Amino acid sequence: MNAPLRRVGVVVMILFGLLFANLNWIQAYKADEYRNSDYNGRVQVAEYDRKRGNIEASGTALATSKATSGELRFQRTYPGAAKYAHVLGYKPVNLADTGIEEFENDFLAGTSDQLIASRVKDLFTGDQTGGGNVLLTLSRRAQDTAYEQLRNNRNNVTRGAAVAIDPGTGAVQALVSMPSFDPNPLASHDTDAATAAYNKLEQDADGPLKNRALGEVLPPGSTFKIVVAAAALENGVGKGTEIAAGPSWTPPTSGTPIRNAVPSICPEAQVTLAEAVRESCNTGFAQLGVRLGAEKIKQKAREFGFEQDDLGVGQLGEGGHGVAASRTGTMENADGGDDPGALAQSSIGQRDVRMTPLQGALIAATVAHDGSQMRPYVVQQLLGPDRTTVYHTAEPDELRRPISGQVASDLRDMMVSVVEDGTGKNAQISGYTVGGKTGTAQSAPDRPDHGWFIGFALDKNGKPVSAVCVVLEQAGPGGSAEAARIAGQVMRAAIADRGGR
Amino acid sequence: MTAPATPAPSPATVGEQPGVRLARSRRNAELSLLLLAMVLVAAYGAMVEANVLDTVTADFWMPAAALTAVFLGLHLAIRFLAPFADPALLPAVALLNGIGVGFLRRLDLAKATPAEREDLAIFAGTGGRQLAWTLASVILAAGLLALIRDHRSVSRYAYTLGLAGIVLVMIPAVLPRSISEINGAKLWIRIGGFSIQPGEFAKLALLAFFAYYLVRKREVLSLASRRFLGIDFPRGRDLGPVVVVWLISLLVLVFEKDLGTSLLYFGMFVVTLYIATERVSWLLIGLVLFFGGAYLAYVLGETVGGPFANFYLRAQIWLDPFADPYEDGYQLVQGLLALGTGGLFGAGPGGGQPLKLPEVQNDFIFAGIGEEIGLFGLSALLVVYLLIVERGLRAALAVRDSFGKLLAGGLAFTLGLQVFVIVGGISKLIPLTGQTTPFLSAGGSSLMANWLLIAVLLRVSDAARRPVTGVGGKAARPSGGPPEQLHGAPTEVIRP
Repeated sequence: MNAPLRRVGVVVMILFGLLFANLNWIQAYKADEYRNSDYNGRVQVAEYDRKRGNIEASGTALATSKATSGELRFQRTYPGAAKYAHVLGYKPVNLADTGIEEFENDFLAGTSDQLIASRVKDLFTGDQTGGGNVLLTLSRRAQDTAYEQLRNNRNNVTRGAAVAIDPGTGAVQALVSMPSFDPNPLASHDTDAATAAYNKLEQDADGPLKNRALGEVLPPGSTFKIVVAAAALENGVGKGTEIAAGPSWTPPTSGTPIRNAVPSICPEAQVTLAEAVRESCNTGFAQLGVRLGAEKIKQKAREFGFEQDDLGVGQLGEGGHGVAASRTGTMENADGGDDPGALAQSSIGQRDVRMTPLQGALIAATVAHDGSQMRPYVVQQLLGPDRTTVYHTAEPDELRRPISGQVASDLRDMMVSVVEDGTGKNAQISGYTVGGKTGTAQSAPDRPDHGWFIGFALDKNGKPVSAVCVVLEQAGPGGSAEAARIAGQVMRAAIADRGGR
Repeated sequence: MTAPATPAPSPATVGEQPGVRLARSRRNAELSLLLLAMVLVAAYGAMVEANVLDTVTADFWMPAAALTAVFLGLHLAIRFLAPFADPALLPAVALLNGIGVGFLRRLDLAKATPAEREDLAIFAGTGGRQLAWTLASVILAAGLLALIRDHRSVSRYAYTLGLAGIVLVMIPAVLPRSISEINGAKLWIRIGGFSIQPGEFAKLALLAFFAYYLVRKREVLSLASRRFLGIDFPRGRDLGPVVVVWLISLLVLVFEKDLGTSLLYFGMFVVTLYIATERVSWLLIGLVLFFGGAYLAYVLGETVGGPFANFYLRAQIWLDPFADPYEDGYQLVQGLLALGTGGLFGAGPGGGQPLKLPEVQNDFIFAGIGEEIGLFGLSALLVVYLLIVERGLRAALAVRDSFGKLLAGGLAFTLGLQVFVIVGGISKLIPLTGQTTPFLSAGGSSLMANWLLIAVLLRVSDAARRPVTGVGGKAARPSGGPPEQLHGAPTEVIRP
């Protein structure tokens, strides 16, 4: 009887092998699906057992967890309400996480691999240490100013965005998208109420959940002239070089004439490049663009960061808020040659050219920082639950170098003249040298124009302290002037937070 | 089987008897392994307290110490009553039993209010009751070892045991539902707050009967056959007993609404039949009959309903538990979610939320434990079960008499099959049935019956490993003794 007994032994091993294989299927392959299943109530409860870490900026908690007596032991609250919503995101019980709450979730929740030591320590001390804290680069004053000024803009615009970065490091000083929303109801432990609040925001026609500063692409209008001017400076055109202008210019093969915003702008046949920038001369830049050719303009735009679709603003070099790609669009005919009509319109930031507010701020920051574009980031430091151990400190890092120091210097001079006695006077800050470029972009034939401003501020030593981009969607007449005013206020606040005036 | 019913072991058989070759009792190895197992149980208890209470209380070791005392008692009994028994069986079973008690105590801690937690007495709650059941079971196992000094003496009572087994199986089927039904399966006798599962004991009694019956009928069943399609099939009249058992198991399926028990009995019988006759045809017949019957029950459940409806529903849940995740599929869905949440490493002992699982102290204890110890921990538990089963089969291989081989082999396989049925059930490998998880689930019947099963395996392994020219008097004598002397079965010497 030993042979069949052995075979029975093999059969038992096969049965147990099946059990083992099936457990692998469930606990390894399907584990994530089951763990995050809608029917699974346990993961949430465990996650809310541990005090989630703070998100802070300038020493103030922007997101914090408060003990409750419910089954979920901690309630996530956002003291700043709508002001920081698009940077922080939110951590709802039943909906998807977004923003910092999403991409720094592991560290905030205390489940990150980096925090293994404190979890092991908990095992011995019996404490339940909370999650780690995330410190942001945001300047509270700049953020406050950007939020308040956008909300109370003089053109009564309901949609817009403002983003300010430190040109020398890439640290984000302010990031506001308008309209914003209060994330507190979304984090409610009453999941029905949270869902209702979310649906209301989701259905709002103005799209408050959208982060316009990073995710909206709009025609940049005249702010794009900085890119064209950079291409021109590298191709034998100097600040003082005379370029063709005029009250109106019709590109060959195109029936639509290019005109200036008002007849008083560059009616003469020729103006210098500097004058064209200062007055925002459309006819001049349209002809300059056609002269340079589509390839040079597209190349320069790419070097500034257009077409990049994988940029993230979070920790340096790691994930973060996704940034939409800015595009130059098509400027060629079907046969591959330049289409002068399209090229002329693209050169003044119309046609198919699209830009995010962050891209605008990056262009200004690059000009201010001698041609070096720093990688934008918003997470300054990861601080352990004990608030003394530092797990990560941002080390600024150059993203790209689109222009030489000389070109940057020329562009800087021209942009400063825009603010000092051109279209961007509203952005002036006493004691600082401010440069910039306004933009007025046609959105749709029957809609008001978008108002743009990109700019930077230099201190007395010529060191850049802030670069900013403000956009007011469909602001109509005076939109870019209002954008310039807001930009000046935001930069002034950023300077004040740094200990300046 | 080349020489059925050989009176003396052939040289080939001797070579397959590790016990003879070693001729050592290995009791000290058993003691060390047992203490190691108890250290693991104590560590498990400490981790549970650290996670649930946020602190390890000063008396976290008390349940483990109580278990250690109980098992040391059994260890001493084995030293005297079965000195050559397999040294791995007791520690392996003790580990499972200890983890079971620890997990049930962990459930008590989770249910208790924070104020009650700190001073939860060791005999309080489900965990404490399980501890008491362990003590009773171990005393029973030691008693069985003392009572039956030679496993072959069991065969004298084979028909009594067989009848008792059938009666035990049938009791819940004929009792009114109010007394016998728990969670849709009529497997119980409930008197007051006390419930026993007679089927757990029935499998021991039935197996003893099977082993005896098959040793007697082995020759006829294996040799009188017709060849068809290259496979030897038994004669029609020899099929009788198999058909009877098949009918009993189908009746269990229909009237006790329990596929698992049915599968268990039938698998148990078919496998002992196969071991006895070495005829693969019996396995084929058994598989065809079982799956044919199950399929028939499924079809009847779909069309006719009535007593078959429950089986049909269970099969439907198995096919797609998420179709009705809050009602019919709730148990299985929650079991799968618990296992999935545990993932590879688990939440740590005490770190999970087993109270979200229905029936976590019984059917779903493996899923509840799996949430906390993960795939790695569960794999370790499966290996411990496999070790027990394979050690039982090893005893069957090494023991010299046919009755012992069938008894140990059948019991070991039954234990393995039960683990397969319940673990496969909660992990959606097969339709879920109401089996207990041996040594882990809360409940006295299951624990006692399985400890008795282990006692029988210990007894057989003692006989298997005892040196032929052994120590001791009467108990050692039967080594090599042919079973015919006891049974005097005339059929065994009839050769066609």
